[in-house]
Amino acid sequence: MTHTESLRPQAATFGLTTEEYDLLVSRLGREPNALEAAIVGAMWSEHCGYKNSRPLFSAFPTTGPQVLQGPGENAGVVDIGEGWGVAFKMESHNHPSAVEPVQGAATGVGGILRDIFAMGARPFAVLDSLRFGNPDSPRTRFLLNGVVEGISHYGNAIGVPTVGGEVTFHPSYQENPLVNVMALGLLRHEDLAKGTMGAVGNQIVYVGSKTGRDGLGGAVFSSADLSAASQADRPAVQVGDPFMEKLLLEATLEAIQAGLVAGVQDMGAAGLVSSTCEMAYRAGLGITMDLDRVPTREEGMVPMELCLSESQERMILVPMPGREGELLDLLAKWELDVVTIGEVEAHDRYRLTWKGEVVCDLPVALLNEAPKYTREGVESPDIRAKRERDLSGVPVPGDLGAVLVDLLSHPTIASKRPIFERYDHQVMTNTVVVPGAADAAVLRVKGSRMGVAATSDCNPRFVYLDPYTGAAAAVAEAARNLACVGATPLAITDNLNFGNPYEPGVYYQLGQAVAGIADACRALNTPVTGGNVSLYNQYAEGDHKVAIHPTPTIGMVGVLPDVTVRATLDLKPGPHTLYLLGEHATGIGASQYLETVHGLEAGRVPELDLELEGRVIEGTLALIRAGLTTTAHDPSEGGLAVALAEMAIAGGQGLQVTLNVPEGVRPDAVLFGEAHSRVIVAVPVGHEEAAQDLLGGLGVPYAALGESLPGSDRVTIVLSGANVQLSVSLETLKAAWEAPLREILG
Amino acid sequence: MNTAVIQFPGSNCDADALHAVRLTLDPDAQFVWHTEAELPPGTELVFLPGGFSYGDHLRSGAIAARSPIMAAVKAHAGRGGFVLGVCNGFQVLTEAGLLPGALSRNRDLHFHCAPVHLRVENAQTAFTGAYQSGQVLEIPIAHGEGNYYADPETIARLEAEGRVVFRYVDNPNGSLNDIAGIVNERGNVLGMMPHPERAVEALLGSEDGRGIFESLKGALVQ
Repeated sequence: MTHTESLRPQAATFGLTTEEYDLLVSRLGREPNALEAAIVGAMWSEHCGYKNSRPLFSAFPTTGPQVLQGPGENAGVVDIGEGWGVAFKMESHNHPSAVEPVQGAATGVGGILRDIFAMGARPFAVLDSLRFGNPDSPRTRFLLNGVVEGISHYGNAIGVPTVGGEVTFHPSYQENPLVNVMALGLLRHEDLAKGTMGAVGNQIVYVGSKTGRDGLGGAVFSSADLSAASQADRPAVQVGDPFMEKLLLEATLEAIQAGLVAGVQDMGAAGLVSSTCEMAYRAGLGITMDLDRVPTREEGMVPMELCLSESQERMILVPMPGREGELLDLLAKWELDVVTIGEVEAHDRYRLTWKGEVVCDLPVALLNEAPKYTREGVESPDIRAKRERDLSGVPVPGDLGAVLVDLLSHPTIASKRPIFERYDHQVMTNTVVVPGAADAAVLRVKGSRMGVAATSDCNPRFVYLDPYTGAAAAVAEAARNLACVGATPLAITDNLNFGNPYEPGVYYQLGQAVAGIADACRALNTPVTGGNVSLYNQYAEGDHKVAIHPTPTIGMVGVLPDVTVRATLDLKPGPHTLYLLGEHATGIGASQYLETVHGLEAGRVPELDLELEGRVIEGTLALIRAGLTTTAHDPSEGGLAVALAEMAIAGGQGLQVTLNVPEGVRPDAVLFGEAHSRVIVAVPVGHEEAAQDLLGGLGVPYAALGESLPGSDRVTIVLSGANVQLSVSLETLKAAWEAPLREILG
Repeated sequence: MNTAVIQFPGSNCDADALHAVRLTLDPDAQFVWHTEAELPPGTELVFLPGGFSYGDHLRSGAIAARSPIMAAVKAHAGRGGFVLGVCNGFQVLTEAGLLPGALSRNRDLHFHCAPVHLRVENAQTAFTGAYQSGQVLEIPIAHGEGNYYADPETIARLEAEGRVVFRYVDNPNGSLNDIAGIVNERGNVLGMMPHPERAVEALLGSEDGRGIFESLKGALVQ
């Protein structure tokens, strides 16, 4: 086909720079028409094409004996043994949630679940990593309530339990909240499905909801800065229907398990186009589709809308040759709209027809091979100055007990129960460890002794002050959290949320964070199986640009060989000796304490020793598996003191510990500093020697801290050498910890 | 006890119900699709599971109550066969007229998922014989529309006839008289909002729901 009029002046309306437009013309050998330019713009958007981030990803380790499916498919898959695999992935729905939180979050859940069942896996758990701005602001209340309602509405209705995640608050997310949703699915190895068109002659089947005008151009929308004008962009937010998705889920899994499917993919960002052209690319073949056959919700829809609509709950299925009829019958049983819209052909073109004419004829490779940019990254001098700031003048508060209460009532640290109770976290009857009870969720695998554990983690303050160490620390914390429930860490998915990569300061953060993740994953033997990138999380107020704290959320999956051998964070009945595995904190840099109590976001992120981390993880697992502890908790935001208080509150009993403050170390650092690679365990009295022998043999540094006090209602921490003691009643701690989220949720 | 677990489009506790019944009551329990006109021959217990049948469109349970299989379920109940409706299944039973009253939105308009305490008010039914009257059970709830309502005469009758089988110790949803579960006049149809099928294995935190299935085993012997 020919098209001669240049669209170069309008390149930006298609989401392309003029350079990208010129590149398109030179690769195509002619001018594109408007539909083609729009399709290329969507496929080359950051959301689909990863043009600014992909070059960095070569650093990621992506292989290992546990990896059944690495990056490049709808989701990664790890082998957990006994013929079972776990498909998992995390994806952001940040921009839609900022504009319309209920539907933005709901469709975030819907989208990631489709990625999971497109792999042939039955979704069996969801975790949400949510970040909001100032907890006192009406906007935050509106967004938090909306996002929780959206997740609850969708997840509860479709019947996949929401079992964990994070909810934190920081002013940098005031305008750009983050909604990162991770889903896990269980599959038998033989049911692993792929997003491919298969072979020449295969039919292309559209199934699910009709196509409407909702979510039009979402991929481009999410790849640009938000502004006040974005509020007028509501049509770019999709609307979810969990009932339709439930039908789609059951039908898709039934079809895959019956061997009727040669390829499958969901229509996510950039809708019909991205799904079909990615499937064609993986098969190394061309396709022709007839847009007149696309089921529509309204009259008069044009090719651009049919191609780029992000209407939810739609899938592409490619039937096994010869079994098309069986597949259509099965889909009809589930009362789904089904149409054969095209065919796989022996060429390399992506061809679309409409009203008898070819309206798009592009090379499949051109669409799938977005340009890659490596940019110059430069650290912001402001952030460097914050990191290098001398903290020696920060006063040590007189009443450290009051500080502990303050920290527990910070919404980032406070109990998230009011949120979890709005999610069905038990449907499917696999949830062994409910949200909040431990550092990670644990699910049993029916018909096996095994359990699957999952967590999502990131401390954005660390990443902001030191992107390399902060991102590596997110991986380390995720692995440690899995170890704290008794699970061997297996692999990660990442969700990289950053500002505008065209800004050198942001690109620096992205590059450093990716390097940090890569090194930590290599050291801890947890390869990257996939991920998602969300850039442009910044808000323009006139000339002033506010970027979010860089937030590379790490989703990690692990396996428990025996789900009955596990740990939770609560102190258990009976007297126990408390141990710290790892080393005491020696500084207050980059801590929640420094920010909450002293109003300073500054200082050095504690040094991360990945070799030590590995030993602490090994030691924790060894203690749990030897039956020497059923309690484990890693200190994170708020440090050791907050972690001890959480264990006491959860166990409904007091404790007393004595911490040695070394010469030259501040007492508040030992209490509230956020050193990595630490785990608190509780060993039943009488078993200390066995525990110490085990830890000594593995070379894990440890210190006996003190004892749990069943029957006591006080948490007492003595700092020897500093002549400081704090003692607070459980009732006071509990009240401070439980109240904040109830108030914010209203 | 031969058990049929009915699947409506949008049911999502169907597999949980089947798992729990197979574990406790009937190793051969089967799913029955909602478009079937007949229950499998020999069905003794029909389990209407939780979920969001038909996406809760119109009203929770309203469309499912008019599914083809429900005529067979009504006939089964009319013959004295056992019917257990949990959560959305309870909603379907009220919509189908097999139980009186209705379930409206929770008092605070929010979905709640949490373990709750239930008091067994009547241990003389076929579903509760394995419990003691006054026994307190821990069984999870997970619903947004569990607020039981009936007119005052109906409530008075339910109370007088001992048909309030389970009562919340700490009412989570605003139900009248703290009602968590009721039976029909004949005592062969039980509807309840809490999920006993989630409480049959110690691994998941509570086995207090087992009693319902154990009771039915006994009921067969009688």
